[in-house]
Amino acid sequence: MSLLNVNNLQVHFPIRGGFFRRVVDQVRAVDGVSFELEPGETYGLVGESGCGKTTTGRAIIGLNKATGGEVLFNGDNLATMNGHDRRKHIRDIQMIFQDPYSSLNGRKNVLNIIAEPLRNFERLSPKEELTRVQNMIERVGLSPESIYKYPHQFSGGQRQRIGIARALMLNPKLIIADEPVSALDVSVQAQVLNFMQEIQKDFGLTYLFISHDLGVIKHICDRIGIMYKGRFVEEGTAEDVYNNPQHLYTKRLIAAIPEMDPAKRFEKMELRQEINTAYRTEYDSYFDKDGRMFDLKPLTPTHSVAIQQGGM
Amino acid sequence: MVKFIFRRMLVMIPQLLLLSLIIFVLAKQMPGDAVTGAFMGNPNVTPEQMEKIREEYGLNDPWYVQYGAWIGKAVKGDLGDSYTHKQPVTSLLAGRVVNTVTLSLFILIVSYIIAIPLGIIAGRWADSWADKMIITYNYFAFATPLFVFSLLMLFFFGFVLGWFPTGNSVDVRLEAGTWDFYVSKFKHLVLPGMSGALLATAGTIQYLRNDIIDTKLKDFVKTARAKGVPEGKVYTRHILRNSMLPIAAFLGYEITGLIAGSIFLEMIFSYPGLGQLFIQSITGRDFTVTTAIVMISGTAVIVGTMLSDIILSAIDPRIRIE
Amino acid sequence: MAETVLEIENLRTSFNIKGNYYAAVDGVSLTVHKNEVVAIVGESGCGKSALALSIIGLHNTKTTKLEGQVNLKGQNLLNLPVEKLNKIRGKDLGMIFQDPMTALNPLATIGRQIAEPMDYHMKLSSAAKKKRVLELLGQVGIKDANRIYKQYPHELSGGMRQRVVIAIALACNPVMLIADEPTTALDVTIQAQIMDLMKELQRITDSGIILITHDLGVVAEMANRVAVMYAGEFVEIADVNTLFSNPLHPYTRSLLSSIPSNMTDKEELHVIEGIVPSIQKLDREGCRFAPRIPWISEDAHEDKPTLHEVEPGHFVRCTCYKKFHFPEERVEDENYVTT
Repeated sequence: MSLLNVNNLQVHFPIRGGFFRRVVDQVRAVDGVSFELEPGETYGLVGESGCGKTTTGRAIIGLNKATGGEVLFNGDNLATMNGHDRRKHIRDIQMIFQDPYSSLNGRKNVLNIIAEPLRNFERLSPKEELTRVQNMIERVGLSPESIYKYPHQFSGGQRQRIGIARALMLNPKLIIADEPVSALDVSVQAQVLNFMQEIQKDFGLTYLFISHDLGVIKHICDRIGIMYKGRFVEEGTAEDVYNNPQHLYTKRLIAAIPEMDPAKRFEKMELRQEINTAYRTEYDSYFDKDGRMFDLKPLTPTHSVAIQQGGM
Repeated sequence: MVKFIFRRMLVMIPQLLLLSLIIFVLAKQMPGDAVTGAFMGNPNVTPEQMEKIREEYGLNDPWYVQYGAWIGKAVKGDLGDSYTHKQPVTSLLAGRVVNTVTLSLFILIVSYIIAIPLGIIAGRWADSWADKMIITYNYFAFATPLFVFSLLMLFFFGFVLGWFPTGNSVDVRLEAGTWDFYVSKFKHLVLPGMSGALLATAGTIQYLRNDIIDTKLKDFVKTARAKGVPEGKVYTRHILRNSMLPIAAFLGYEITGLIAGSIFLEMIFSYPGLGQLFIQSITGRDFTVTTAIVMISGTAVIVGTMLSDIILSAIDPRIRIE
Repeated sequence: MAETVLEIENLRTSFNIKGNYYAAVDGVSLTVHKNEVVAIVGESGCGKSALALSIIGLHNTKTTKLEGQVNLKGQNLLNLPVEKLNKIRGKDLGMIFQDPMTALNPLATIGRQIAEPMDYHMKLSSAAKKKRVLELLGQVGIKDANRIYKQYPHELSGGMRQRVVIAIALACNPVMLIADEPTTALDVTIQAQIMDLMKELQRITDSGIILITHDLGVVAEMANRVAVMYAGEFVEIADVNTLFSNPLHPYTRSLLSSIPSNMTDKEELHVIEGIVPSIQKLDREGCRFAPRIPWISEDAHEDKPTLHEVEPGHFVRCTCYKKFHFPEERVEDENYVTT
């Protein structure tokens, strides 16, 4: 059975206008998204700003309210649960945020930051708590005395480790990582990515990895979903998506990755121009008559694309 | 732009109605009414007679009937009669409104004339000796209570030096409309006006200085310098317009401060304006006059915020949308 | 080689921190030629942005000390009073900023902002100015120039705004452009468009370009020559093909192997040990990268590392590159060292 099953998830935000702040329209931030996460895999959610990838992640953990659809975690529907019932399940899902500089409370020391989830869910004596925190802090590669330091005394990479340590405290099954390395320099980014892969094995974690960086996604993810305007345009293994992209938008994204071979730069530029031309002429054929993107249609058992039923 | 102004003015209607309702209900909650105010402690008037007068003036009707009658007349310019002055509130207020508005405008304009250049100097040359002097002045202006400062001004310039008259809004012996009449009006305005303005500058200077210091570091200012824009023009063309935004936004609030301040100023300088009348009518429980003055002050604040919005939208294109 | 446009000689930019001056750019020399894109690449804190701002004179003069020379058209920009510098900035020297969301004045129209440098550097009638602005908007790939001309920054998307920022820099046909992370704040597809636009513009203008970036992908797409910067110094300078095919300095090699898209899937990325030292704590004696590669023996480094020209046009600082190997390659390399 899959660990997480997102079914036709919708998150709509009302737009209010006029004199009485009536709801005049909806922003369909997430508009019918479905995917599954198998235990132990890393699933990448990619797209550009405003595509709904972050909202999807936040809706799973309940930070944004789902307007419709299901979020089945181990078979229980989190989307329709009330706060009290969700609490029991939510400790198995933790989130890591983008900015290691602002996602940690600067007025709390590391001990208090990392112990916070424990205090929310478990009753421990201060001594037990300290032992658990010390074990964890060593596990993420920081020195034991650093638990009495404050976030500003750490480098970006170390801060992200503290964020990860906090997320791991309750032995979660699923971690939603929202752009966890986007604010970091490449060498620090490498450190965090390696570390995330390492603890994935040790703790048996499943990752939902949200990012705009196709290089990072390709490196770390087993399967990938590409989002555009609140919907999936393509889903498949990293292999499927990078080597055999089918949807025009996917092709456009992949072509946008900077070319690491200087000799091929103009080739790449021409490829992009070709895709841009296609983008201008064929754009409408990727939407149905209501201007909504088609549903995903399987091409192979692992690879599906949002194109018209019956082919183009 | 015209559409924006029109829409913004439409918004004022429900605001004013709500304001009038709140004022009316609150006024009704006050202990006593005009009748108690006028005859309480007068041994010649029995409680029965007082009750009869109440019935006559409609003071025993349910509040919404009274409110309906009041608002119906108010839109026609009839704010009722003052019980203590025995004359229509409108004619009682007319001259005083002019005085208070003149005084407030004087304070507002003079405080901007002083504050804007000082704020610019302090912000542009932050930490210079000029800035330090301006900040020192600001500390004094913030810390000094208006009534203390006004009394000092009154004592020094009014009594010791005798440069300016110490009471009233005009020399009563002069004929209205003559040149001397206006000169005298102005002379009567200077002391209360300057007392208010010199203290009112503090907020504006502080706002402007801080905003200029923030704006100086913005990226678009770097862009301007990278274009080769001379330093003076960097300020006039780029920084100042952006730094005026909070000052314009502050205008509505500034007007509220002026209304509160005018009560002190008018009492201290025996300047016949709304503030002075307000205090008299509260102590006299002159219900119609009190509500009228609160209503006028409230309207001034609402109009002030509207002006703020319109000025803001004129400077800032981001607000013009909708 | 084409004619030299900009010559930086032994530039040292120091910031006053609590009474002492610390160099963020520590003795940098670089020549930029006509129609050449020189990328300066490094991680945050290496001094690359401080270098860009020193060239165009945008540092706070009260807290910054500039030494050395920045020569453009026979004048040392560092010695010029600000009035004279203002005759050059925006005319011969243009700048493209990182964040298009904040680089434009929110209260002025696009047309006004592009025309502004012409007010100070070109004698043009207002009609001629408008014509030139519309022409520039076309050059940076904006189709609906007449409409955009009258619009305000908030009405434009990030990509469009960055095109406007580029148009401002190009307004007076500069001989030299400084682009400080011009694509970093943009979405991937927009980044690609801006990179392609800049490549296109490079074909039609003669300007030399200094491209400041942390992204080696952007370097590979746009640069002719690359200078890799670490702790205020250039550690390697080479033409772009050489840098990617034969990187020598340990820092360059470490950076390249820490990029995810450069590696095959799931392979472990290289992590550089330790952290970039702050400018106050930086040890300025000896090889500055030595603390990050402690497994390399001390005698591999020079006492006073200098840039060595190992091939024509390929410079590497210090001698440690000769004995450098990644820690996981240690076994075979130890054999190499002993032979």
